[in-house]
Amino acid sequence: MTEAPRPAVRAGVAHAHPDFGRFVRDAHEAGHLVVQPRMGFSDPGHMRRGLAATRNARATTVGTLTLDSYTRVGDMPAVDEALRRGAGINGYPIVNHTPETTRDVLAGLHGPGFPVQVRHGSSLPFHIFEALLRAGLTATEGGPVSYCLPYGRTPLDQSVRAWERSTRLFAALRGQGVEPHLESFGGCMLGQLCPPSLLVAISALEALFFHRLGIRSISVSYAQQTHPGQDAEAVAALRALCARLLPDALWHVVIYTYMGVYPTTESGAYRLLGEAARLAATTGAERIIVKTVAESRRIPTIEENVTALEHASDTARRFRRTPTEIGTDSPTYAEAAALVDAVVNLHDDLGQALLLAFKRGYLDVPYCVHPDNAGRTRSFIDTDGRLRWASTGALPIGRAAPGRGDRRVTSGELLTALSYVQRTFDGDTPRHPLSA
Amino acid sequence: MSLPDTVLPTAPAPTGRRETVVVSGLSSDAHTWNLVFLQLLVEELGYDVVNLGPTVPDALLEAEILAHDPVLVVISSVNGHGHQDGLRVIRRLRAVPALAATPMVIGGKLGISGGEDDAPLDELVAAGFDAVFEDGRTELGSFERFIGALPQRALT
Repeated sequence: MTEAPRPAVRAGVAHAHPDFGRFVRDAHEAGHLVVQPRMGFSDPGHMRRGLAATRNARATTVGTLTLDSYTRVGDMPAVDEALRRGAGINGYPIVNHTPETTRDVLAGLHGPGFPVQVRHGSSLPFHIFEALLRAGLTATEGGPVSYCLPYGRTPLDQSVRAWERSTRLFAALRGQGVEPHLESFGGCMLGQLCPPSLLVAISALEALFFHRLGIRSISVSYAQQTHPGQDAEAVAALRALCARLLPDALWHVVIYTYMGVYPTTESGAYRLLGEAARLAATTGAERIIVKTVAESRRIPTIEENVTALEHASDTARRFRRTPTEIGTDSPTYAEAAALVDAVVNLHDDLGQALLLAFKRGYLDVPYCVHPDNAGRTRSFIDTDGRLRWASTGALPIGRAAPGRGDRRVTSGELLTALSYVQRTFDGDTPRHPLSA
Repeated sequence: MSLPDTVLPTAPAPTGRRETVVVSGLSSDAHTWNLVFLQLLVEELGYDVVNLGPTVPDALLEAEILAHDPVLVVISSVNGHGHQDGLRVIRRLRAVPALAATPMVIGGKLGISGGEDDAPLDELVAAGFDAVFEDGRTELGSFERFIGALPQRALT
């Protein structure tokens, strides 16, 4: 077994604390894609074993504490109830476990050579930020739009206020010589059927939101969709926008392995994960979050996560970054840039600009049922596998694909679209599944 | 509930006032697509749908059901907390006299283990759900048949 490739840790004060963004940058410069699980267990011992296994995987890894969904919605009594009954919950309850418990989970693992990120999903995350800071953690993710609209009924203005307050608290770490890292979850938005230009725009806008509140170590996300060529265009567009919007920040791109209905066969699940790793490697993305074979059925085990991490890392090593002229020369960039510019120009305060953008329908997520989402856009998967707009509502990007009209989507058509990737990868055709 | 793998025929165009079905997620469940799909499916079966979306607090769910007086409440959960949250919610709703007889069903992936134990499903029925549809264990089409068997209300 080969030594896990891990960037050398420079000695000195600057690296006394885990620095998530710096670790990923150093790994990238050494030629390694950082791979990360989406892993969370309610039991501290189990969580610690998961982190240790992630660290020891044959890959360049960072750790994850994924929180349970009661904590995400702020229902602390339900966590207490579940812990008292000994019922398993679906993640690590960082607010209800004491800071000492969490420090014990992390002891000897979390460090400059293995930074750990908290992943949660909360539209009102202040209690989570307080808890992770108490436990000595300095990397997390989310965003005022990406963790509000898809996941509930929290009014968007409340989420924006809560994220402003939380981000300021987090940014204050910089005064203590610690570099906090924030990742936008904007590249996901319901996981599937959101056209890439809107994912890119929301990811970039949330990164800018964090930057304006004082964060200087940032990552932007993009979730693999239905067509590898369109995905590559989207990542290039995201890089071009961030270079323009975040000139003085340390930033990187994280790819999420497909977040929609996942293949159920082992070979299909591995091929889809391998495709995401290839997307990351060929577009120069610095980090990837993996999915496991068990994903379609239940919460994966530690071993399944390690297998997925190693598969993604091994696959990525087989590809090199493709020299590309795209970047700003694609329809995806043109749409994303038009969306970003329209929103930024609405108000000097970006939080207010985001609220106005949703009110006017300049940002409008297809199929999202949140009361603050206009709900006038629709998307479809075209015959070539690309995600396109069926209705653009009030988005400032011009017309939808010609010939579609604003026809209603039936439940059967929705299911067909939702399961497109699953069917494509579970099919027994051995050839490259998504190439046109 | 298992997602059907065949497309159902669309219900004949309804005449007169359509009855309302409330579709909702549970307080800790952030998943949306199951709810969007159910909305379209139930609309095609000839009902108006009030889709409360994901992570609906118990009190809001109760208030919305009381406000809309639906012929059916469809709760969908896929995050593994459906058993714990479903029991809590149905006990609360059934304790409201006006909701004692409202048809209510739950479906999805209700536990975290994808297990094969019937006891949790029986417990949900005993607590007041009229039917439970567990992913991978309930016959395809059974949800549609359940809706088809709903008694029609006298039009007022």
